[in-house]
Amino acid sequence: MLGYLTRRVLATIPVMAIVALFVFSLLYIAPGDPAAIIAGDQATPADVERIRAGLGLDRPFLIRFGEWLWQVLRGDLGVSIFTNLPVTRLIQQRLEPTVSLMVLTLILSIIVAVPMGVLAAWNQGTWIDRVIMVLAVFGFSVPVFVVGYLLAYVFALDGFGLGLDWFPVQGYTPLARGFGPWLSNLVLPSVALGGVYIALIARITRATMLEVLSQDYIRTAKAKGVGSRTVLFLHALKNAAVPIVTVIGIGVALLIGGAVVTESVFAIPGLGRLVVDAILRRDYPVIQGVVLLFSFVYVLVNLGVDLLYTVFDPRIRY
Amino acid sequence: MSATALPDAPVATASAAHVTPASAMPDVLPAVRPRGRVLTFIRRYPTIFAGGLLLAVILFIAVAAPLLGTTDPTALAPAKRTREPSMLYWFGTDMLGRDIYSRVLYGARVSLIVGFSVALLASVIGMVIGLVSGFVRWADSVIMRVMDGLMSIPPILLAIALMALTRGSVGNVVTAITIAEIPRVSRLVRGVVLSLREQPYVEAAVASGTRVPLIIWRHIVPNTLAPITVQATYICASAMITEAILSFIGAGTPPIIPSWGNIMAEGRALWQVKPYIVFFPAVFLSLTVLAVNLLGDGLRDALDPRMAKRV
Repeated sequence: MLGYLTRRVLATIPVMAIVALFVFSLLYIAPGDPAAIIAGDQATPADVERIRAGLGLDRPFLIRFGEWLWQVLRGDLGVSIFTNLPVTRLIQQRLEPTVSLMVLTLILSIIVAVPMGVLAAWNQGTWIDRVIMVLAVFGFSVPVFVVGYLLAYVFALDGFGLGLDWFPVQGYTPLARGFGPWLSNLVLPSVALGGVYIALIARITRATMLEVLSQDYIRTAKAKGVGSRTVLFLHALKNAAVPIVTVIGIGVALLIGGAVVTESVFAIPGLGRLVVDAILRRDYPVIQGVVLLFSFVYVLVNLGVDLLYTVFDPRIRY
Repeated sequence: MSATALPDAPVATASAAHVTPASAMPDVLPAVRPRGRVLTFIRRYPTIFAGGLLLAVILFIAVAAPLLGTTDPTALAPAKRTREPSMLYWFGTDMLGRDIYSRVLYGARVSLIVGFSVALLASVIGMVIGLVSGFVRWADSVIMRVMDGLMSIPPILLAIALMALTRGSVGNVVTAITIAEIPRVSRLVRGVVLSLREQPYVEAAVASGTRVPLIIWRHIVPNTLAPITVQATYICASAMITEAILSFIGAGTPPIIPSWGNIMAEGRALWQVKPYIVFFPAVFLSLTVLAVNLLGDGLRDALDPRMAKRV
């Protein structure tokens, strides 16, 4: 186990190295002059030169990459072109809302999606199954910002006059100012962000459960009189866990991408907002930093998922 | 993946069985009515039919946009700004007085062009990379490590990072989303290639001295087409959403082009008082993505019955 852990952790190093190399080399392989594009249309030649020097574009690629990588490894993501503040500080300031949003969405999605998938599989072919699968197709098809606006319109603005304006329209309250206000600000964004994720998890749960439910040991359990709830959640779900957990890990990419948009719709001052603002100002070091951070988190999550396999299925030995 | 080849077999034998007795005993087999065929198709593949029909309608809207009572989608009319939907302005007007109905209809063009181009480009490039990876041992580990790295960057962020360094244009949006989608297709094709290489008929071809390019062309490529087609529809759907997201956050198509993401971005500031500006492009975007997803689900069930049972 320890050997596997070491190998698995070591295996993430080349992956992260490629991510770093890619995010860095974009500056060099982008068509046109990135310094000029970042500087914008109103820039003077001196501005362009300053940005070029700031990004190190005037020096050889490999030397610059080495320097940059060394900086990143020491926790220095460079300096924002627009605000002249260290990128790490900007990220720290924006971390809490994004982490809150994503963790809440993750928990909410799993709580909703897994029982949905189990229910659909248990009632395969009935209207319950159909309704859940149709909902899943809609979850995949309706983009996160559409769900976001719709939810805000109904549950915050009371757009249809249903008296359902329970939540604030926009904004974020730090957790330090109380759990209630924090949660009420995050409910609508989390539901909006969770849509695709719930659809994904529910589908995989249903598919895996169908496979497991056709196994002999499930029939045996039923035959010896085990209650259907025990069969479903103890026998079947545990054996279906590995693919479900895998998809939960892979789906975190959807959460990260969706968070960028959700934060824009609900005016949450998180990392997504930071990226969007950085794009409008073409502040590449900030974009670079956030993309690296998110990719790092994504790799770590999937590393964690790999390690979880042994918990759910003791037969998996490394 | 060998199951992809299976559905052909019974069909082929059935038609062969039809031919011989039909020439001998012309009255035994009932004549096939074309109307019956269409109905049978609808009954057998309701999702393909529903998705295809919906997509056809949107395709028609995109192509025939100038004929559907639209005006110039970029024409400014400041005196008539933010008009509510009415008989005159079906979907209302935005804050610059542009007709939202016209903008939404023309917006279908952008979404469809981006969706189809990305699906096509990502499939072709991903297929080539997957084939190389599946056949060239030394290249495989390098290519797959690079793909692992690319896949570790969430696709939307990857597209954002690419768009930050180029000027906004439809071509650049297509390129950025394509690059973000390529790793998944390559992986899929590589997987299919690796399993096909173990198939007896491929081994027989190798044993009888068939050259690798011919094996790829004759035995490998045809068997990758079904899974790639299914994957391509999903890529098309996700590319449309990504394009809308990029435009919505200001990193996509230039604001002058009426794309659904752009219309929603423009309506964002006013959405609490004028929700219809965001509403109409949102509905059209969702319906288009829904159509493509339905088509994809239907194709998956039809082309790969083994997959259908699993997901």
